[in-house]
Amino acid sequence: MKVGVITFPGSLDDVDARRAARVAGHEAVAVWHGDDTLSGVDAVILPGGFSYGDYLRCGAIARFAPVMAAVVDAAKGGMPVLGICNGFQILCESHLLPGALIRNDHRKFGCLDQRLVIENDRTAWTSSYDAGQEVTIVLKNGEGSFVADERTLDMLEAEGRVVARYVGNPNGSQRAIAGVTNEAGNVVGLMPHPEHAIEDLCGPGTDGLGFFTSLGAAGLLSA
Amino acid sequence: MARVVVDVMPKPEILDPQGKAVLGALPRLGFEGVTDVRQGKRFELEIDGELTPARLAEVEQMAETLLSNPVIEDYAVRVLAEPEVGA
Repeated sequence: MKVGVITFPGSLDDVDARRAARVAGHEAVAVWHGDDTLSGVDAVILPGGFSYGDYLRCGAIARFAPVMAAVVDAAKGGMPVLGICNGFQILCESHLLPGALIRNDHRKFGCLDQRLVIENDRTAWTSSYDAGQEVTIVLKNGEGSFVADERTLDMLEAEGRVVARYVGNPNGSQRAIAGVTNEAGNVVGLMPHPEHAIEDLCGPGTDGLGFFTSLGAAGLLSA
Repeated sequence: MARVVVDVMPKPEILDPQGKAVLGALPRLGFEGVTDVRQGKRFELEIDGELTPARLAEVEQMAETLLSNPVIEDYAVRVLAEPEVGA
């Protein structure tokens, strides 16, 4: 598949995300935040970093970048969209995903190899995993605490839309939620960084690769 | 010219780690008796021309779409008195 990775001013992990897409067998396409179109890609990744310096709120300015109109349209049309870390924050600010990410409860920037349980293996980005599978990937953020009102949290749980949950709770996220998906399962937001865990040379292993190999698997939701 | 202030505060049920950090620092500096601190943001908007109800409604829209995130924050819009000429 052609996987577009959007670079915003202040994106940091766009290069790693493109590499992860290539390692998983896809063609990676660099997409600029100022573009009006998605250049014919089949899936989109919003990478980690500090878009627009995290000014105002994380992801709040990036949400209104020219390319985001195309991302929102494509997401509503069923295109697989993965937001990692800052990308997750942007998806929440765009209202493509429920909830918000606020400062870690311990107030420190955390950077660690984090264990997660994949709870939903039916999304466009998690079909390579089995539900209940435990993976270890990198978590690095200052504002990664997932919050939503009780009604929304109950809905996410009832509809199986919690994609991944932390083992332990490294940042005060409500119900230890590390990632969620939209109703259709094509849009996924994840606070930890699977693109940093795709090769043995660096990072905690290759557990993150499944997010990228899931794309296009079994013709799931392909655009 | 009018000046409109938008105050944005974290919702009461949302943890405010920054406020907690300030609360923790106060006793260390010898300031006693503060039982809670919530930290928010204040935006001052200079509005061109007359501040009509329509313009004010627009400020509400700005507050709701950009200045605050309704999932985690509340906002309040208020108009500051027009500055005196020559002040």
